[in-house]
Amino acid sequence: MASHSAPVVRVRNVTHRYGSVVALEDVTLDFPSGRMLGLIGPDGVGKSTLLGLLAGARKMQVGEITVLGGSMAKARHRAEVFSRAAYMPQGLGKNLYMELSVAENLDFFARLYGHDAAERRRRMDRLLRATGLDPFPDRPAGKLSGGMKQKLGLCCALIHDPDFLILDEPTTGVDPLARRQFWNLIDEIRADRPQMSVLVSTAYMEEAERFEWLVAMDAGHILASGAPGELRAQTGTEDLESAYVSLLPPEKRGSETGLHILPRPSLGGSPAIVARGLTRRFGDFTAVRDVSFEIERGEIFGFLGSNGCGKTTTMKMLTGLLPASEGEAWLFGEPVDATNIETRKRVGFMSQNFSLWGELTVRQNLMLHARLFHLPTEEIGPRIAALLAQFGLEAHADAISASLPLGLRQRLSLACAIIHGPDMLILDEPTSGVDPVARDEFWALLVDLSRRDEVTIFLSTHFMNEAMRCDRISLMHAGEVLVYDTPQNLAREEGSSSLEETFIRYIEGAIGQAEGETAPAPALAKEPATTSISLGPRLGRLFAVSRRELLEVMRDPVRLAFAFLGSMILMLMFAYGISSDIEDLTFAAFDQDHTPESRAYIANFQGSPTFVEQAPVTSIDQLEERMAAGAISLALEIPRGFGRAVTTGAPSRVAAWIDGANTMRAATIEGYVQGAHATFLTQRAVAAGVGDLARPIVEMEPRYRYNPGFESLYSMAPSIPAILLMLFPAILMAVSIAREREIGTITNFHVTPTGRLEYLLGKQLPYVGIGFVNWLILTLMTILLFGVPLTGSALALALGAVVYVYAATGFGMLVAVFTRSQVAAVFATMILAMLPTVQFSGLLQPVSTLEGAARVMGQLWPTNYFMQMSVGAFNKGLGFGELAINILLIAAFAPASVGIATFFLRKQER
Amino acid sequence: MRSLRNISWLAGKELRTLWRDLLLLLLVFYSFGPGMYVESIAAGETISKTAVAFVDEDNSALSRSLQTALYPPWFLPPRTIEASQIDPMMDWGEVIFAVVVPRGFEMDIRSGRPVALQINIDATKTQQAAIGTGYLTAILTQEVQRFAAQQDLVSVPAVELVVRRSFNPSGNNVWFAAIGGLLNSLSMLTIVLVGAALIREREHGTIEHLLLMPVTAIEIALAKIVANGGVILIAFTFSLFIIVEGALGIPFAGSQTLLLMGTAIYIFAAGAIGLLLGTLARTMAQFALLIMLVIMPMMILSGGMTPVESQPAWLQPITWLLPSRHYMSFAEAIFYRGAGLDLIWTEFLWTFVLGAATLMLSLIIFRRSVTGG
Repeated sequence: MASHSAPVVRVRNVTHRYGSVVALEDVTLDFPSGRMLGLIGPDGVGKSTLLGLLAGARKMQVGEITVLGGSMAKARHRAEVFSRAAYMPQGLGKNLYMELSVAENLDFFARLYGHDAAERRRRMDRLLRATGLDPFPDRPAGKLSGGMKQKLGLCCALIHDPDFLILDEPTTGVDPLARRQFWNLIDEIRADRPQMSVLVSTAYMEEAERFEWLVAMDAGHILASGAPGELRAQTGTEDLESAYVSLLPPEKRGSETGLHILPRPSLGGSPAIVARGLTRRFGDFTAVRDVSFEIERGEIFGFLGSNGCGKTTTMKMLTGLLPASEGEAWLFGEPVDATNIETRKRVGFMSQNFSLWGELTVRQNLMLHARLFHLPTEEIGPRIAALLAQFGLEAHADAISASLPLGLRQRLSLACAIIHGPDMLILDEPTSGVDPVARDEFWALLVDLSRRDEVTIFLSTHFMNEAMRCDRISLMHAGEVLVYDTPQNLAREEGSSSLEETFIRYIEGAIGQAEGETAPAPALAKEPATTSISLGPRLGRLFAVSRRELLEVMRDPVRLAFAFLGSMILMLMFAYGISSDIEDLTFAAFDQDHTPESRAYIANFQGSPTFVEQAPVTSIDQLEERMAAGAISLALEIPRGFGRAVTTGAPSRVAAWIDGANTMRAATIEGYVQGAHATFLTQRAVAAGVGDLARPIVEMEPRYRYNPGFESLYSMAPSIPAILLMLFPAILMAVSIAREREIGTITNFHVTPTGRLEYLLGKQLPYVGIGFVNWLILTLMTILLFGVPLTGSALALALGAVVYVYAATGFGMLVAVFTRSQVAAVFATMILAMLPTVQFSGLLQPVSTLEGAARVMGQLWPTNYFMQMSVGAFNKGLGFGELAINILLIAAFAPASVGIATFFLRKQER
Repeated sequence: MRSLRNISWLAGKELRTLWRDLLLLLLVFYSFGPGMYVESIAAGETISKTAVAFVDEDNSALSRSLQTALYPPWFLPPRTIEASQIDPMMDWGEVIFAVVVPRGFEMDIRSGRPVALQINIDATKTQQAAIGTGYLTAILTQEVQRFAAQQDLVSVPAVELVVRRSFNPSGNNVWFAAIGGLLNSLSMLTIVLVGAALIREREHGTIEHLLLMPVTAIEIALAKIVANGGVILIAFTFSLFIIVEGALGIPFAGSQTLLLMGTAIYIFAAGAIGLLLGTLARTMAQFALLIMLVIMPMMILSGGMTPVESQPAWLQPITWLLPSRHYMSFAEAIFYRGAGLDLIWTEFLWTFVLGAATLMLSLIIFRRSVTGG
């Protein structure tokens, strides 16, 4: 254990870049241990990067970092840190599995650290009681409120009694009451475990007062460090927000004058926005309940509330994006109508996360908006130039907007929203994550729009100090508006000293005692940890990952249904649809002879189920034309004098014209025509009493083996599972890995002791199970529905199926490791697997007869070997001994792909 | 007019986005370039390198000449085996055919006694077996006849059969595989690109943003199809001229312009399917599975792998709803038979109608999915 005197973290000359963007530049810093440490600064200054490096989630580039007494450059020490530290990434419940329940989430983390069932129970109960989550152990994490998600995230981080707790912006987007509860919880935990160091980053300056020791950051640099009092004294300021601003380099401090908001002149007239009893339900969940308000022209109206309280839903109803379940809304006196293009032109909208097209440049974004709002062409240029100047974006006009810092993107987003000079602006959390200076500048723009251009502004925020700047605000909680008034009136309400306190009292009033702060948390005294490990830690973690993955899949019934029903439907379609049994081919006769003999010749075709006769052909031109149109696939041209030739033995020629476009079909037709021709000659000869002469000199005795009826279905049915069991498991596997990376739960793999192989094999296991069940279903279909008996070794085939599904999921894993997004993973898997699986594995053409690279691909692809096995077991009745070699061949693929995937899977982020 | 301008601005944006997604572009190139080439070349002749074994109990000049009559590329040089080896070799899938020449075969032919050749066929390889049996029978019969004619044992039959294969006289399978390959790449990539473009926009929240501007959902949808489809059409044209006509050397009977026209219509229909799937799916995993469910039947049941006529009667009306079946039908007609617009306009029309119907359906569902059902 780190001694109290030694710093818990030492950072020396650390620099970190993402491509050409520098996130941290030559940072040197010590964090004292056993303290409550704060890292303050707005988004994008390098806080998260630094925390990620400390937790071992990111790979170090330059410099030296020592955490808990060892270097983070050493994998062995990192492994130790993983079991002694805990890391909660930024974002509400980012380390949680949203489909899993509260208890299941905790259980997963407890299993990762190898606790036995009794120990898990004890720890979970203790943490759930302490956080007041104990009434809802079975609620899915995704259905929790923001504050509860963060509490659960904290529980998961604390499950292994860490010595060092790293929390990245744990309270962003959480309502003030939940925020207060969260901090109280942290204080209680620290009271019980005083030796634990807690490092928290935050963008709320008012929260920073709680920390014992602070580090202020800006643009990858450390501005200052010390106790909050020291920082205030150093800068000679009253509060930390001002202290932070005065620590910034002079050019970044913004205008010294501060923000002045002119009183709003009363414009009179009818209100710009009216909402009456707006209610919105999603299924049985009411997101917004009976919301009413009126907003006057030119007013800045603030909508205050935590994430998920219904702000965005209300805004969407106002814009017409979401129809209201009940109630009505009017914009400029007209009912909201999503289809009304004219209203849209009067409204500017800026959604959460500044939804710009990140891949376009600043100018291109403005241009697109201008064009889509149909600004006259000659006005576009000057308008864009004016906006670029007004918003200070000139220097960045040709930069890709995704590469801009958040503050600039926010300004661009507002510029886009007002490019068409709207009368009303609807802004959804326009300032979240933006630094205080940029926020003030942004507000100056808003005030200007409201006071000078009389634009009505409707915005949502969770910053209290922003709420104070609005003309009026409404407090929203759990879908209901608690109160609406001017912020000054609210702040002055009885018993409150600030708006925040008023807000907290209203929320407490709204939720009563039901879900509020529960009884004082029982002591978190550390009970003797009996870290009994039954399976060995590696296997234990592997199964923990499997269990969790399986639970997640089970919670997505649509995915499960697709995986099973989908393959059943495809099995049906393919088994019946892929058939080379030729029937109902169109043919026409071009009979120039018109004798009984010629008619007899044609009759050979007319009576057959293979051919359907079309209207006779009358000329060669017509024959060619009809064949070109695809109306006939066979034409029989019988020359004049055919009848005489047949009876007299004079030479004559029958011509069979075959549509050769589809070569397979053409070959089959040719075979049939040859046969029919021979039959006709024999019949004639026998009729003429010269049967002996016409008798073929050699008889062919074809013996169709394994498939006496020679039906496609019979051999197709056992072949198809080989295709479906490759594609479905591979894609499911690839998505599952890519998804974790995209939603961020991969961090749990980065910062826990989970090894690469444990993670991959653990995730693979449930999909192998699903694949195997799928095989069982398809096999039952083959036997019962298609009536193909399984004559060979069922055991060998089952074993082969397991190994084969391992190989298929291994391929999906391999692709997922090399791709960044879910889209890329899915399509790379699909496009790369489709060709060798469907075309080069012997479904229609045996692999040995393929030409060129295809043959090699077919031989290197496991589908070929499983298809052979399946056909062998079903049609040929092969036993275990004969099938064993194929099992071994398939088995070689799984370790190869898993091995490569493991090698390239990074345990740390870049 | 305004609509057209909106679509063109939005399509321009789509193209810029696509341009930054290098992996997807690489996959497009792979599918229409090397992937397509390998797939077509693979097909070879209608039958090729067929493995045949002979159980030669006669060991005569005739029985040996039967074996030498089988040669590449259609047949591998036959192997001579013992009768007891037939079963294991066929079980292992080493040979598709095993011919048994009985003792005294040549003698019996000479003396005009009835005589038979037994051909064992691995009937699990349906297609090879069906076509190969025809070839094998014909070649062996000819060889015996030639022998018999030399010995003056039989006369040549009076009525001759001449087989004329239109459009692809040599029965070269590569020709056929090439069209199938083009169609598969078209279907897969159009659906993937258009669907992904929609899902990406939904993930980034920009779709709602668009819906609040004075543009309509149909303009957004068409812009996606136009931009992504345009890229596919360019890749297709490249593949048609460079790979199909150039590298594979396949003669083109009809009008390239007409085929490109039809392809554009097909891309519209496939793009509409992509949009539909993109709107239906809630997550990427669901989208992936949905795509599998749609693309695989589109590929396999289009008539590009096995003839549509072979499908059971109940399935044919269902596959009629697949635009890929119509594409296959008119592409074959234009490519090989040189058909003109007068012959295939109905297929064009149906492809378009199916596409338009799908687009309408997806717009209805899209409205509902954006508004949260």
